[in-house]
Amino acid sequence: MSKPILEIKNLHAGVEGKQILKGISLTIHPGEVHAVMGPNGSGKSTLAAVLAGRDGYDITAGGVLYQGKDLLDLAPEERAREGVFLAFQYPVEIPGVNSTYFLKAALNEVRKHHGQPELDAMEFLTLVKEKMKLMELKDDLLKRSVNEGFSGGEKKRAEIFQMAVLDPKLAILDETDSGLDIDALKVVSQGVNKLKSADNAQLVITHYQRLLNYIVPDFVHVLVDGRIVKSGGKELALELEARGYDWILKGEAASVV
Amino acid sequence: MSTATETIEDLVKTEYKYGFVTDVETESAPPGLSEDTIRMISRKKNEPEWLTEWRLKSYRHWLTLTEPAWQKAHHAKIDYQAICYFSQPKPKKDAPKSLDEVDPKLLETYEKLGIPLRERGRLAGVAVDAIFDSVSVGTTFRKQLAEKGVIFCSFTEAVHEHPELVKKYLGSVVPYTDNFYAALNSAVFTDGSFCYIPKDVRCPMELSTYFRINAANTGQFERTLIVADDASHVSYLEGCTAPMRDENQLHAAVVELVAMEGAEIKYSTVQNWYPGDENGKGGIYNFVTKRGLCKGRNSKITWTQVETGSAITWKYPSCILQGDNSVGEFYSVAVTNNYQQADTGTKMVHIGKNTRSTIISKGISAGHGQNSYRGLVKIQKSATHARNFSQCDSMLIGSKCGAHTFPYIEVKNTTASVEHEASTSKIGEDQIFYCNQRGIATQDAVNLIVNGFCKEVFKELPMEFAVEAQKLLGVSLEGSVG
Ligand SMILES: Nc1ncnc2c1ncn2[C@@H]1O[C@H](COP(=O)(O)OP(=O)(O)O)[C@@H](O)[C@H]1O
Ligand SMILES: [Mg+2]
Repeated sequence: MSKPILEIKNLHAGVEGKQILKGISLTIHPGEVHAVMGPNGSGKSTLAAVLAGRDGYDITAGGVLYQGKDLLDLAPEERAREGVFLAFQYPVEIPGVNSTYFLKAALNEVRKHHGQPELDAMEFLTLVKEKMKLMELKDDLLKRSVNEGFSGGEKKRAEIFQMAVLDPKLAILDETDSGLDIDALKVVSQGVNKLKSADNAQLVITHYQRLLNYIVPDFVHVLVDGRIVKSGGKELALELEARGYDWILKGEAASVV
Repeated sequence: MSTATETIEDLVKTEYKYGFVTDVETESAPPGLSEDTIRMISRKKNEPEWLTEWRLKSYRHWLTLTEPAWQKAHHAKIDYQAICYFSQPKPKKDAPKSLDEVDPKLLETYEKLGIPLRERGRLAGVAVDAIFDSVSVGTTFRKQLAEKGVIFCSFTEAVHEHPELVKKYLGSVVPYTDNFYAALNSAVFTDGSFCYIPKDVRCPMELSTYFRINAANTGQFERTLIVADDASHVSYLEGCTAPMRDENQLHAAVVELVAMEGAEIKYSTVQNWYPGDENGKGGIYNFVTKRGLCKGRNSKITWTQVETGSAITWKYPSCILQGDNSVGEFYSVAVTNNYQQADTGTKMVHIGKNTRSTIISKGISAGHGQNSYRGLVKIQKSATHARNFSQCDSMLIGSKCGAHTFPYIEVKNTTASVEHEASTSKIGEDQIFYCNQRGIATQDAVNLIVNGFCKEVFKELPMEFAVEAQKLLGVSLEGSVG
């Protein structure tokens, strides 16, 4: 088997002394799609934030290897340039900063990092047009300020569009389905599926099984109270949908007793 | 939460690239202020009697005034007798007849500042008047301007060559009785720019004055007067820098604008006087009176300012909207980092019917910087259907800086409409992280976010200078976050 893209080993992390992640282990290989499901407050976004390098989290034990390197050692922008992409649960508005300008700056940072020449405005626009078709994105969104005044659905779509342009090695999608109606959900999922390749990987975080009808995972992990309490194939998601998180919680309780 | 801004103290290390001193021989008056000093300045400039008298009247009035203290800024007492009121590079022979005769060291200085006085290169489309300490060292593109009847020259020259215009308009918008610093300026002003646009003329290029303080212990007191006759149009820009010095230096300018019927004046400032070091030592005290009179119907005056320099800035570029349907606009970005203090804003005085004014102010504070917006919107009884819209936004970077807003509104006509919006935000950690997550490093993220915040103002600047202004903002905020 190829070398893993991501190896999370016994990761413990918290905020201001409050323990949130309590020993997470997870290995992701190229070409794989992993889903992390869990009830609200179980630590899904925290896991995403720690992987992306958000300030303010204390890593109290364990570690993370990304393409064999210590991920936690890198500044957040270095992680991004190395190919870690986080589609935010709540994409941030940056008033007055043009979306196209922003994305071009981001892409050129990635390119510089890899010793590639920066794209000029024309080359960038060509790339953008191509990716826009993929996402069925209205081009007026790109003329507006980053996420400013976007509807919930537009924000999520724009996130995946950015992902398409930046072409990451590891994409972490944090509840990309929340706030989307069924049509938007389909478009976004199709976009994500098209971006899947044999040498990248996706970590799809969701509360509901619904998204997994469209983005079909190879593995499903159930996160409860900062721990992965069950892992399985895609059928685990369906089972979870049918029986609810209670079923797992009870099961966990039973196995502890 | 350990924030991106916690390490601010270690990282504030703004570099000021214009801090060099030009080594030219200067001719300076000894420090001190008296009627004799004023007579000396007037004599040096070979001024007519009426102007000497006007200066002396201003001086005598100034003696009756005390320094204002209502601004939100603190500084050590200024000793007006310790300031030198006149300094000029020693002339080679007589005054230079053309730019070719200007001391090469001076030309070099302006090249270094990015303001070439040769009529080519980057600013090839902009006419520049360069003021070095107390005097103008040269004005470019005069011939091209003269063909259109546009007068653009140093104030000193205007006094000799266009005395009727100067006499008519000097002090007509900012009388010497206006305030302490305006009175002082009226007494001791040494040079500045003068500009007259005749009827129906669109000035064919941007006009620009570049102010440079070089000599130590010298105050700069310049005066700018712009008159736009009926249906004319002019866009004017001023820029300024000064060497890094440990002591504070005073800059007290007066700018007067007059717009006749249907005329339009766009006045833009990129102010980058030396701000002092990271401990607040040194820097320019920038106490300036700027006012425009929309005298004729349908006239328009737009003030756009980007204030990044100076230890202390007090200025309130204002519009007197006298002509019916006249329009006043004020767009401002003020940045204070380290120990800088800025108290700036505008006054919009509505007199004519259907007069309109817009105020957009963006204050950015970092380090220990203090930034105040102070504005007055006054609707006189005569100003039926006057309208004002004001928006004052403040952004804080770090936790030791401050932002303050003092909007004053006086409405004496019930048909008027006045709208005021204000916001204060901390530069978002969320925003910075979002940029980081897209590969953009923190300092670049701050510049991006701040530039976005200032966008509405930058779009009012002439193209060439909008780019300058964005860069300047980046330099000013260097090291403002860790
Ligand atoms: N910055 C923070 N400060 C304090 N508590 C936090 C912070 N971030 C998350 N938490 C807490 O950690 C737990 C997990 O949150 P989160 O990772 O957002 O869960 P999920 O994404 O699974 O809904 C919740 O109890 C939440 O309140
Ligand atoms: Mg979440």
